[in-house]
Amino acid sequence: MSYLIKATSVVEEAQGAPRPLLEINHLSKSFTGVQALNGVSLQVQSGEIRALLGENGAGKSTLIKVLTGVYPRDSGEIVLDGRLMSASDSGHAQRLGISTVYQEVNLIPTMSVMENLTLQHQEKTFGLISWKKAEIRARELLAQVGLDIDPLRQLDTYSIAIQQLVAIARALSTQAKMLILDEPTASLDSDEIQQLFALMRRLKAEGLGIIFVTHFLDQVYSITDSITVLRNGECVGTFQTAELTRSELVSHMVGKSLEDLTPTAHDHSIQRERADLLQLNNVGKQRYLQPLDLRIAAGEIVGVAGLLGSGRTELCELAYGSVKADQGDVTLGKHSLTKSSLRRAIQVGMGYCPEDRKQDGIVAELSVRENMILALQASRGWWSPISMAEQQHLVEDMIQRLAIKTSDMDKPIGELSGGNQQKVILARWLITHPALLILDEPTRGIDIGAHHEIIHIIKELCEQGMGLLVASSELEELVLFAHRVVVMKDHQKIAELHGEDVSEQAILRQIAS
Amino acid sequence: MINERNLPILATLLVFILLYGYGVYEYKGFRDTLVFSNLLTDNAFLIITAIGMTFVILSGGIDLSVGSMIAFVGVLMAYLISTAGIHPLFAIAIALLVGVAFGTLMGIIIAFFEIQAFIVTLAGMFLFRGLAYLINLDAVPISHPFITGLSDVYLPLPGRGGLTFIAMAMLVLLIIGILIARRTRFGMSVYALGGDSHSAALLGVPVKKTVIKIYALSGFYSAMSGVIFAIYTGSAYPLAAVGVELDAIAAVVIGGTLLTGGVGYVFGTFLGGMIQGIIQTLITFDGSLNSWWTKLAVGGLLLFFILLQKGIVMWVKKRSAA
Repeated sequence: MSYLIKATSVVEEAQGAPRPLLEINHLSKSFTGVQALNGVSLQVQSGEIRALLGENGAGKSTLIKVLTGVYPRDSGEIVLDGRLMSASDSGHAQRLGISTVYQEVNLIPTMSVMENLTLQHQEKTFGLISWKKAEIRARELLAQVGLDIDPLRQLDTYSIAIQQLVAIARALSTQAKMLILDEPTASLDSDEIQQLFALMRRLKAEGLGIIFVTHFLDQVYSITDSITVLRNGECVGTFQTAELTRSELVSHMVGKSLEDLTPTAHDHSIQRERADLLQLNNVGKQRYLQPLDLRIAAGEIVGVAGLLGSGRTELCELAYGSVKADQGDVTLGKHSLTKSSLRRAIQVGMGYCPEDRKQDGIVAELSVRENMILALQASRGWWSPISMAEQQHLVEDMIQRLAIKTSDMDKPIGELSGGNQQKVILARWLITHPALLILDEPTRGIDIGAHHEIIHIIKELCEQGMGLLVASSELEELVLFAHRVVVMKDHQKIAELHGEDVSEQAILRQIAS
Repeated sequence: MINERNLPILATLLVFILLYGYGVYEYKGFRDTLVFSNLLTDNAFLIITAIGMTFVILSGGIDLSVGSMIAFVGVLMAYLISTAGIHPLFAIAIALLVGVAFGTLMGIIIAFFEIQAFIVTLAGMFLFRGLAYLINLDAVPISHPFITGLSDVYLPLPGRGGLTFIAMAMLVLLIIGILIARRTRFGMSVYALGGDSHSAALLGVPVKKTVIKIYALSGFYSAMSGVIFAIYTGSAYPLAAVGVELDAIAAVVIGGTLLTGGVGYVFGTFLGGMIQGIIQTLITFDGSLNSWWTKLAVGGLLLFFILLQKGIVMWVKKRSAA
């Protein structure tokens, strides 16, 4: 990495004052009608870690994709290390000195770690790739990120965290001057995050400029030097991390002050004389979930708490019926669903938004409208198609009601931001008018603004008399809206907290017990 | 380096050894090197085609045009040598160039118009067969001292066997194929494309260029196979090599290459082609079985390998999740 130090010191000598490593001037980009970036300017010095923050749809992803040449820009200029740059694709951007590590590991799972690290940069002897040299190089690169693994093994035999570090090692292999980390911590545990941070500090000391995108404000304050906030495609401003309080930061991000956002104290009590809507009687499945009872009344929100792997998702799946229980009975209203198909469950008023939005929820190639209509169409049966006029009416209504940001309803859902995708899935179920809605991690991976909007929607639905079962790993979120909280541990229900007892401390005590 | 990804090719090797061992155990004649060298010669054109197909399948694509290409190249060669009076060496060069050109064209269509390879090469399959008929409707002999000379090249092995020109050409093309696959940037790009084309693009792999090169390479190998087939049979016939594209795909899959791309070896394809040959030879040695039993055995093996690979993929996924 010595070339980096050399490069910067030359610049400093020549100019007296440090010239920014990366300079972005008045960058704009629009997609069919939506202005994704509007005259964004920012500068990053070498040896600086810059947080790039903003709500979903603020333009972070677009900015990164324009920087790395995935999208062409409409106007503006990018200057890297004193030279005007215009990358034509990701590979070109890497050669010019900008490397990117994405949230989803963008390596080839079927190739070895070594092959991944050296892809497109293999050293050759007599015109043929020398795997001996490649292995040496791979080991060097792995050592650089502090990884001690066998480079000859297949990439997908390692955990996502290790794959992420391999991706960073690769990003550093290409003489990077700027490193962009796009939510690299989403799949890492706290030890792994510390390992990543140690690496970031070392790279910073070596003079690399780093742009760090994350949803976790704790991480912003523990690692970054400065913060650039984007909102609606515009640059709100760049701040020194040390001088910006959290509440200021949040209000910059959402464009409102924090007081507006903080939800009011919640009344956990509910009249228990209401009839049960959903009844689970001794429902369980071997090696999946210990048998348990659960009741949800109309207009009641039941939260499911527990650590990762405690059985939260399993409970949702069994209640919905996407995984069939091998014992017990599920009843929704007057209908027994124990042996019925999913279609029947949807018809009598069941709805389910799964945890993994990308895998189980959206059909990325289909449009917003088609994604939203799916469940309603399924419950009506495929032989009675919903007319286009009705579809447009329903979808239009939902886009307004949930404030979904999309240029038009026929845009592929894959192009929407995470929060907006989540809203579309929510809308998918809302138009079927479910009696009971099951939400697994409804706010995972979405920003603060959309977060509050979704919580608001959940409460509203409950007031309209819908029953909700909401699983979440965020306790402070659960206690905000849940009337009751079921605590899961080791695939069994260990407690059910009511009314006054619903608090973060109480839940934690149960989990720790 | 034994890991889970090498299991299919090890299974292929095992099947090869078992089948060959069975032949040696059961039939005296099988012990002679003649059987082995005949296997090399008789399956050369299939293996050569399948080597090109390996690259295509590794990248996650398919090439249905190779069988027709063999027939077309043969008929074209016969025309150039017999009617136009061109020296066979030039005729072969022209035939290969035409093969590469058609492959490149299909690659361009697949890469730039983003049309499925299946459809584009299906069109190629009909087109080349039609072109072959356009040149000649009947079977014609290819007789030229140079071609006869090539057929006479022979490297004797111990026993009664020996390497023919055809077998040697196949082995050279096999080695070139292995080197291209494992020792060039293009080869690694092919694996990357098949593994995850979206990630490959982000890693800087020139996707479109690689796709074009893949179909050009398959065009080259199938044209080469056409040349070898013409030398092997000493004739050209527009209806030759019908269905060879499917035999080639079978050879690739039995050779351990994942149909979804990204995993596999060119050497495995060689074994896959040889296994098909051994089955045929065993059935001939038996004498009582109809030759259609070959298809039955190949079908069964194909199914076995597809299931084996699926099993391995699921096993790896489960293990890395744990």
